[in-house]
Amino acid sequence: MVAHSQAVPRRRRRSQRAVSRRFDSAGPFTYVFLILVVMVSLFPLYWSLVVASHDNAAVFAYPPKLLPGSNLFHNIHKLFNPDLVSVDFAKALVNSAIVSSVVTVTVVFFSALAGFAFAKLEFRGRKLLFVLVLATLLVPVQLGLIPLYIEMIHFGWLNSIKAVIAPNLVTAFGVFLMRQYIAGGVPNELIAAARVDGCNSWRVFWHVILPAVRPMAAVLGLLTFMNTWNDFLWPLIVLNARNPTVQVAVAGIAAPAYTPDYSLILAGCFISILPLLLVFLLLGRQIVGGIMQGAVKG
Amino acid sequence: MSALSGTGSSDKVVAAPRARRNLLRRLDAKLSPYLFISPFFLVFGVFGLFPLGYTAYISLTDRNLLAPVSHFIGLHNYALLLHDSYFWNSVENTFAIWILATVPQLLLALVIAHILNTKLHARTFFRMAILLPQVTSLVAVALIFTQLFAHDYGFVNYVFGKFGVHHIYWESGRVSSWVALSVMVMWRWTGYNALIYLAAMQSIPEELYEAAAVDGARRFRQFIHVTVPMLRPTIIFTVIISTIGGLQLFTEPYLFGQSTSGVTGGSNRQYQTIVMYLYEKFLGSTQFKFGYAAAIAWCLVLLIALFGLVNYFLVSRIRSAES
Repeated sequence: MVAHSQAVPRRRRRSQRAVSRRFDSAGPFTYVFLILVVMVSLFPLYWSLVVASHDNAAVFAYPPKLLPGSNLFHNIHKLFNPDLVSVDFAKALVNSAIVSSVVTVTVVFFSALAGFAFAKLEFRGRKLLFVLVLATLLVPVQLGLIPLYIEMIHFGWLNSIKAVIAPNLVTAFGVFLMRQYIAGGVPNELIAAARVDGCNSWRVFWHVILPAVRPMAAVLGLLTFMNTWNDFLWPLIVLNARNPTVQVAVAGIAAPAYTPDYSLILAGCFISILPLLLVFLLLGRQIVGGIMQGAVKG
Repeated sequence: MSALSGTGSSDKVVAAPRARRNLLRRLDAKLSPYLFISPFFLVFGVFGLFPLGYTAYISLTDRNLLAPVSHFIGLHNYALLLHDSYFWNSVENTFAIWILATVPQLLLALVIAHILNTKLHARTFFRMAILLPQVTSLVAVALIFTQLFAHDYGFVNYVFGKFGVHHIYWESGRVSSWVALSVMVMWRWTGYNALIYLAAMQSIPEELYEAAAVDGARRFRQFIHVTVPMLRPTIIFTVIISTIGGLQLFTEPYLFGQSTSGVTGGSNRQYQTIVMYLYEKFLGSTQFKFGYAAAIAWCLVLLIALFGLVNYFLVSRIRSAES
């Protein structure tokens, strides 16, 4: 869509503007407005860096300090010192990396597999089962919290990251996204050709579908990784401060205290955001594209 | 491979392998689809469907983590809940925050999308910048804004002070805490919704705008009479999504003013949401009333379904009134 509007020859574009004014060139006011919006979007993140790079006394300075200080590494160092904070922050980062990676791989893989079946294979109950998948999208997770917790006690998974990984191995959203993508994006001829070559369903999936869904796999993978990394309520319920995910750890640093150490808390926030921030800077364009694509299709 | 070796040899030798191959192929066609979708249904069955039904059962018992046995008590939990003023307080808070956060958020998102839908320099930069809050975790959002909204040294009160406004006790006031929490929600979600609207705007056929222009509609009227009506399915989608998300609000109020109150949502429960109350009964206090918490969970689902439907009809009605 975007490329299309750019590719329109100049003459046609001008006449289009005269008629419909839809693709107006932006005036100075537009840029002022957008830059304001961007500043509001960026400010809280910048602010976390400012507070995280001063000592806690600076938090109570008046007027507030608006520029980053020199204490960032000192605060981060404090964060990883188990004697000074009540949580194991290094372990939290490792745990979150493991949980998010495992969940991302399984969600993408199983979604592609189920999406392939729903999009391209014939079987009894296909429509009904797919509707069932969609229906699960509407059920709020909070409904199952209590029995799920009891289940985890029975499995002996409480305070283990297994409890965070297992319920997230698949998502209905992923299956839906992959089904749509495969139905529209993989030509039937390609599959038929592979069948003629003697491929069974599994090999069709492995050699034809998986390579073809790579763009959507990237988007789904990124979104899944971010959601898993940022998840809070469920890890809070099943994990403790000695073996937390990064979100539980950050919240733990901020746990009730008479005088909260904001420089430390926001240093924790900053570190917890940093990996996603880097991923976003590298692949933000694809994420934006993925969300907009999903919006049109969904 | 085996097909190649088969073509040259006599039929008798090939017959047995071919029969087996056909059998395998038929098995593959019949079984593979179910095999491929089974991981989803297996995991969902164990961690989704089973807890769903089990919640319904638990809500009919007096199950408690501390008690060795539980008893079936029928609808007693629900009866208690109907007269529980803390519960209704949490319902009121949740709805108030939802309205304060959602209405301005979606309107602003529409405006931003409309502006982004022009010929812009640095288009990708603007799109990425407004999506950045979405990447930020709820925990970080809550804690950063808690600091920004601090009473004595918070940045928000500092700016307000510059304009001669007295410092506001954001956390301890009822409406002020709602406002602070809605700002957190708005900050995280406005850009995301704007991108969704933008995507929908770009798929509106150009001819509609041309026709409107021929009829003499200027830019603003094109927006009202072409863009907004064409976006209605998308608007319904975003309203439903924000309903589901908004009624489940937990992290922001849970961490807002953690230092003083934690799970009760302020000293007077001024911003305790439904899920916070559920969590309080479940694990957040020393009560561990699992049965009661399960009843809250079911009421929450009912509220979401009911409210989602109401919103759906409301938004659809605006459509017919306008067109």
